[in-house]
Amino acid sequence: MSAGSLTSILIWLPVAGALLIWLLPLSRYATGSLALLFSFAEVGFWIEQLTRFDFSRSGLQMSERANWFGDLGVSYHVGVYAFSLWLVGLTVVVMAACTGYGFWVGRDRPRAYFGLMLLLTGATVGVFESQDLLLFYAFFEAMLIPLYILIGVWGGARRMEATVKFVIYTMAGSLLMLAAVVVYGLQAGTFDLVDGPASASRWLFLGFMIAFVIKAPLFPFHGWLPDAYREAPPEVAAVLSGVIAKAGLYGMLRIAITKFPEPTSFYRTAVLTLAAASLVYGSLLAFRSSDFRGVVAYSSLAQSGLIALGLFAGADLGFDGAVLQMVAHGLVSASLFLLAGVVERRTTTGEFRLLGGIARGRPALATLLMTVGVISLAVPGSSMFAGEFLILAGVFQRAWWWAVIGGTGIVLAAMYMLRLISAVLHEARGSTVVDEALDLRPGELALIVPLVGVLLALSVWPAGISHHSFSPDSPTAAVKSGFK
Amino acid sequence: MTLNTPHIDWFGLSPVLTLTGAAFLALLCAVLVPRRLRRIGGASFSFAGFTAGLVLAIWLYVDSPNGHTIAAGAFYRDRWTALGQIILFAVGLATTLLGYEHMPGWGRNADPERRDDHVAEFFALLLASAAGMAFFVGAASLVTLFLALEWFSIALYVMCAIDYDLEGSLEAGLKYLIVGSFGAATLLFGSALVYGATGQVSFEGIAHAVGTQGLTGNALLVLGLALMIAGLGFKMSAAPFHMWTPDVYEGAPTTVTAWMSSATKVAALLLTFRVMTTAFPQNQHLWGWAFAIIATISLAIGNLAALVQKNLKRILAYSAIAQAGFMLIGLSTGSALGARALMYYLIPYSAAAFGSFAIVAARERELGVPVTLENLAGFGWERPFLGVAMWFFVFAFAGLPLGGGFVGKFYVFAAAYDHGWIWLVIVGVVATLVSLYYYLGIVRAMYMRPSEELQVQPGGGVAVSGGQPAPETLLHVAVGAALAVSVGSLFAVEPLIDLAKHAASALPL
Repeated sequence: MSAGSLTSILIWLPVAGALLIWLLPLSRYATGSLALLFSFAEVGFWIEQLTRFDFSRSGLQMSERANWFGDLGVSYHVGVYAFSLWLVGLTVVVMAACTGYGFWVGRDRPRAYFGLMLLLTGATVGVFESQDLLLFYAFFEAMLIPLYILIGVWGGARRMEATVKFVIYTMAGSLLMLAAVVVYGLQAGTFDLVDGPASASRWLFLGFMIAFVIKAPLFPFHGWLPDAYREAPPEVAAVLSGVIAKAGLYGMLRIAITKFPEPTSFYRTAVLTLAAASLVYGSLLAFRSSDFRGVVAYSSLAQSGLIALGLFAGADLGFDGAVLQMVAHGLVSASLFLLAGVVERRTTTGEFRLLGGIARGRPALATLLMTVGVISLAVPGSSMFAGEFLILAGVFQRAWWWAVIGGTGIVLAAMYMLRLISAVLHEARGSTVVDEALDLRPGELALIVPLVGVLLALSVWPAGISHHSFSPDSPTAAVKSGFK
Repeated sequence: MTLNTPHIDWFGLSPVLTLTGAAFLALLCAVLVPRRLRRIGGASFSFAGFTAGLVLAIWLYVDSPNGHTIAAGAFYRDRWTALGQIILFAVGLATTLLGYEHMPGWGRNADPERRDDHVAEFFALLLASAAGMAFFVGAASLVTLFLALEWFSIALYVMCAIDYDLEGSLEAGLKYLIVGSFGAATLLFGSALVYGATGQVSFEGIAHAVGTQGLTGNALLVLGLALMIAGLGFKMSAAPFHMWTPDVYEGAPTTVTAWMSSATKVAALLLTFRVMTTAFPQNQHLWGWAFAIIATISLAIGNLAALVQKNLKRILAYSAIAQAGFMLIGLSTGSALGARALMYYLIPYSAAAFGSFAIVAARERELGVPVTLENLAGFGWERPFLGVAMWFFVFAFAGLPLGGGFVGKFYVFAAAYDHGWIWLVIVGVVATLVSLYYYLGIVRAMYMRPSEELQVQPGGGVAVSGGQPAPETLLHVAVGAALAVSVGSLFAVEPLIDLAKHAASALPL
């Protein structure tokens, strides 16, 4: 198997799996097992890709290219850079855990459900691997379709409003991006992301940024976020905040910053302001939230802001930290949403006033939630600490007050996360917490423990990602050269 | 005295003639064949006619790299004509399959005994209208243009009204007849004025006369051109000439709606592109803007009106108006890229338009009442294949990357940008955003509400016994083929664009 076809397999294997599941009239159990098998195969192929990746070489690796429609210069061009490799890894790992969660809770209409989860996997991996602008756009849009149905069919009571808001927001952004894609590609004469030249057009930059800023999201484009994260099934919310949001941030790095250096520096202060506002505002909202998912949802907004701070700092440390933070926060928020789902299954609610005291008699749940919570509030030594430290160091090089604002966000993170932990685990026992509610079952442990394990591994060796995202070049040099 | 008859290239006309012949044979079925054999007889001739037409059109496409007029300058034998005919006949073939099971429509008050009464006439009219459209896309002069227009229009008027058991079918036929005749009269009047200004009826002759005599700003010519645009606008159901579309699409038997919404648009848009670029190249500054404005109005009216509809056929009708707007963006540029964009766009569009109405037909059959968003609930879970297919079709309309509709939109926008009309790209983008609301509304209605919430239980229709839907094998085949085209055109962009490029090279661009 050539290295390029490995990249393609990662995109198309889950799509093939989805088709297979839709076509075969299998039982619930067999369908779930098959979907899980495909998810694990994805993880396996990704590990294979990781071992073959040459970190001592810069530029695109494992690429594959075929003509799609030549007269406008559009091609099927896929490949990975070091930083996209980590995001692909995040995607396959989180998707496997979430598919497993869907299997564990026994979602209705299993064939439709698992097919859509696999389709979502393929589309998301496609976003991180495409090296053609139109192909990137196609995958970026394609992610929305399974998400729409996953939330709309398996979501909570107010799912209709949530899906409409989610789709209209994100499509408004991505259609403006389509206009920008058309203009950029026709001006450049090619839609290839590697060959395409840098552009100085501020309008195009804004066209791309609006899509990414909505997807990430950043303040004030986060209107869809609370509803979507609350109404989605927990594992879909986990994917949404853990992986899909990262696609927006990845787009900023791969397209907005790389292809539009002049507009990036022109709008730098504006974007940094939005990012800082997201960080502080999101943290405050998380602190004020009255339910489990609300806290995680708004903390995702805050973290998106923090990562955007790192990306737009324009410094080596900022880029390194942003990539590390994308992966670390993806794992953290996925774990937290799955834990929220676990708690909701036992108590039927995520409202803090009805919860409390779950820790007593449920040591595994308490330990896991505590561990993830502590990592998420960036305790020194944790992977989140490494990411945030690098980002703050990077943004400090821009101006010291950005780092001060960023530091405020981290203090707030400790506040809301500790509040969440105590409201769920400790305090007086909530009215919905009954003795019959069991501790984590082996199946649930098998899903969440690996995610936490990866987080702990990253805590031990954060340089595994932060030193292996742009190497051997310095990140700013790599960005400046357009990842040639 | 000897009469000099022109040389006729019979092969160039063979697809049209084949379909006309098949139409006669199907019509004979209506009288000479026992009633119980009329359905299979008419459908067989229709199937055979469309298959033969398809083969001949493909042959002509391969064999006509250098386009020229035949039959004394009345008809174009070129790849633009041939590719248009291929699309038309493919849709015709699918309509035959659908019509076999769904003509006449399955209304609650329909008498099953009389179902076979006029079914052979339906196939005869289908073939006749297809022959008319096949002639229309190749028309080379104002005379053949009008002749072909009336030819397929009259067949369509009758097809709309053929289902006299169905409420609204007669009304639809009459409405279409009156509005359609008005459109045809407008076109005829415009043609007369153009002839008056230039003294020519052939498209190339008009362009030549305008060029040599400097008639670009001639009032008669400009007025004639405007009236022709209006007349053609009626046929492609572009706003503001669209008022008939929702009523006719809703009232006509769904099989006929499926045929009209895809085939009529193919014929009207391809012919309009040809007329404008061949006969009026000097006036492109006028018709380009006219079509850009018509496109904008169509996008606005079609999408906004669709938002408030409840009846599925009406939603799809307004969506068809909006889709005409998208295709008119390609047309308005009048460029080679625009021609390619239009030709490509028509392929997934016609598949999705046909397929979506075919699915409506299946739902109508099980309910026995008009399909609304309300009684569509749960359909996606009850009929998984049709539900998923509908999903793909509406997303293809919306331009999401699940089918060729995505690439079609991209091409159309590229053509507009290439022409320097970035404002039209923005209009298209905003229109797409608005359209998402009702397209997703259809998906929402199919999947996101359980059918227990329904007043009308599936199984209430005449054709459903024991709660099991009718097997409808042919409908599934037709929908499957439409789905394959709609999705396949996303992956096979390059070959299809090559076909479109060769077809467009027949035009003087």
